[in-house]
Amino acid sequence: MTTENTEKRPSAFAYAPAPESRSVVDIAPSYGLFIDGEFVEAADGRVFKTVSPSTEEVLSEIAQAGEADVDRAVKAARRAFGKWSALPGSERAKYLFRIARIIQERSRELAVLETLDNGKPIKETRDADLPLVAAHFFYYAGWADKLDHAGFGANPQPLGVAGQVIPWNFPLLMLAWKIAPALATGNTVVLKPAETTPLSALFFADICRQAGLPKGVVNILPGYGDTGAALVEHPDVNKVAFTGSTAVGKAIARQVAGSTKKVTLELGGKGANIVFDDAPIDQAVEGIVSGIFFNQGQVCCAGSRLLVQESIQDELLDSLKRRLSTLRLGDPLDKNTDIGAINSAEQLSRITTLVEQGEAEGAERWSPACELPSSGYWFAPTLFTNVTQAHTIARDEIFGPVLSVLSFRTPDEAVAKANNSQYGLSAGIWTEKGSRILAVANKLRAGVIWSNTFNKFDPTSPFGGYKESGFGREGGRHGLEAYLDV
Amino acid sequence: MPTTAPAAHALTDVTASDSTLRRFLHGLPGVDAVGLEARAASLGTRSIKTTAKAYAIDLAISMVDLTTLEGADTPGKVRALGAKAVRPDPTDRTAPSTAAVCVYPDMVATAKEAVAGSGVKVASVATAFPAGRAALDVKLADVRDAVAAGADEIDMVIDRGAFLAGNYAKVYEEIVAVKEASGAARLKVIFETGELSTYDNIRRASWLGMLAGADFIKTSTGKVAVNATPSNTLLMLEAVRDFRAQTGVQVGVKPAGGIRTSKDAIKFLVVVNETAGEDWLDNHWFRFGASSLLNDLLMQRQKLATGRYSGPDYVTVD
Repeated sequence: MTTENTEKRPSAFAYAPAPESRSVVDIAPSYGLFIDGEFVEAADGRVFKTVSPSTEEVLSEIAQAGEADVDRAVKAARRAFGKWSALPGSERAKYLFRIARIIQERSRELAVLETLDNGKPIKETRDADLPLVAAHFFYYAGWADKLDHAGFGANPQPLGVAGQVIPWNFPLLMLAWKIAPALATGNTVVLKPAETTPLSALFFADICRQAGLPKGVVNILPGYGDTGAALVEHPDVNKVAFTGSTAVGKAIARQVAGSTKKVTLELGGKGANIVFDDAPIDQAVEGIVSGIFFNQGQVCCAGSRLLVQESIQDELLDSLKRRLSTLRLGDPLDKNTDIGAINSAEQLSRITTLVEQGEAEGAERWSPACELPSSGYWFAPTLFTNVTQAHTIARDEIFGPVLSVLSFRTPDEAVAKANNSQYGLSAGIWTEKGSRILAVANKLRAGVIWSNTFNKFDPTSPFGGYKESGFGREGGRHGLEAYLDV
Repeated sequence: MPTTAPAAHALTDVTASDSTLRRFLHGLPGVDAVGLEARAASLGTRSIKTTAKAYAIDLAISMVDLTTLEGADTPGKVRALGAKAVRPDPTDRTAPSTAAVCVYPDMVATAKEAVAGSGVKVASVATAFPAGRAALDVKLADVRDAVAAGADEIDMVIDRGAFLAGNYAKVYEEIVAVKEASGAARLKVIFETGELSTYDNIRRASWLGMLAGADFIKTSTGKVAVNATPSNTLLMLEAVRDFRAQTGVQVGVKPAGGIRTSKDAIKFLVVVNETAGEDWLDNHWFRFGASSLLNDLLMQRQKLATGRYSGPDYVTVD
């Protein structure tokens, strides 16, 4: 591995630590399951611990839902469904608006909580996650009384009980993506947060109580994969929504095959970020950085493959390396931190394994000079050059701060290489030529295509994948369809 | 000190003719406005506290070109400004002097006397500042006057009309002529970015100025609606960074106009630090063209030192 050969000098303008205060959030030593409006113990009394990935400090002990709890929660959601779905849309909207406003009011607390439990920088939870969470609830609140006009015919009906399983990379945001459209359309939900990041979902349960949401409309069941499997398999669940790995997504598809359950899956990706020689180079560099290092690259739509036109490759890589050298890795609660911790030891080991495989297959590894903290789960921003389509690191999703750089000669070659993937979730196009943006976007098989930007989200915009990146759309008007009987 | 003679660097061919110059400037990478502004805004969220803030405030004070450019300027006003530049905080000798005072050419001699022996430079605007609408020989006479009166630095304005008409060679030749007339004085080239209007134009003007031998590139006169912004300064810092990488010649940057608070100044310093790098964190390479900024920096400095915010009656009004 090559790193900057010059030792990183301490800058004259060294930013002093600027930590966000932890005292704005009060984490209880233990949390129960949230079923029928109450926090309760798991039926079998099982618990698990959630740790802060940046320090390995135990944050809290969480009840672990088993099959009996899943059944209890689904029954509660079923009981609540009748009244909830019969409410006029304008009444459901009031609850959603209320939730959105409470989230805004408590956003500092929730941002600190999310940073503690997930490991991502406070800069991101404060400026990206939380504003998007609130925006999502506001957006779907607006739809609740306008479903007749959503293009699905008059008086479209909800599905019933939605079983939702979400990942750890954007814990509260993925919850918002799932719960907001489900409630707006009149469904009730049982949601399982990821085992490494259950806290913000449990705080959300408290927000539901604060908003006076009727009991049983939202149920939160922390647990591991078996909890999720029990939820997906429960016979009284009408709708399954999953965001996570392609392997688990495939298992879910097999599980629900033959049932009447409606399914949406939002799975992995290997997004191509295509930089043409007429790109705005400095902004492209920023886009590459936010494409792969946002949230430590633990983003399903990450731009993990950089496809750069060969004629500007050296120049672009020089700029990119210089830029990477300015990234600040460290305490996620520090407001100046750009790169936080990897979410878990398990994920860190997966990243490490794939990176080693990249080296073994002959790709050239580079990282800026970067000191990693001694405790917690950390991985330095990494880029690989001399990568070809045949390399594992160009094909498999790494889900970490690792960029594979490939080159192309012509627009056709760029499109062919971008599409040459089992995934089809995201892509980016960088060029100052408008006609090229349109021509290339038309040929890319990816659910989300950004031009001259990357990793920008908005509740009004549908999101979802082709091929092994899943099916169904979340966000926008399209996102309503997944929760309506149409 | 790197040489700044226009013929000395690797891009000499570019300025061989009007058409080579035009091809070069139009061949520079485009600027995506949304991306540039997003980057500047994200650097604006850096949280600069305690020791870093103290460092930044002193650095910012040392980078101020304390400016008065009014029709009502008098020798008394300029002397007061000079005294302020030399000892910004009369209650605290550890406060650094500003980099320079910046005045009209007819006030240079007065300013020189006021800062004599202090190390504070005297900068003079020239070339029919701020509009620049005069014949070249008039502009050059303006420059020679200022230099003869002892100006250490000349702040010229480019001919925006010629630039916007695509007459890059005319702009180039004027800068070269002014550079020559400036002699040993360092030359700051003002683009009036608010009038150039697009980021592509600002990038082209930056390269044009540097090719013509500018020692500094400067955003604006402070006399139009849009002056220095974090975005246009970031863009110009990218230009000086890339120019040094290609030619070995380092050029300074001076945002001017509209920077009034310590918080703003610190944001600009963060942009310098994370764009061009710490080689530019020095008043030889970065300046603030400002007047009211200095008192805010001093008040913040007092607050950091004493823990109390004493208010505008505890800094001098000049």
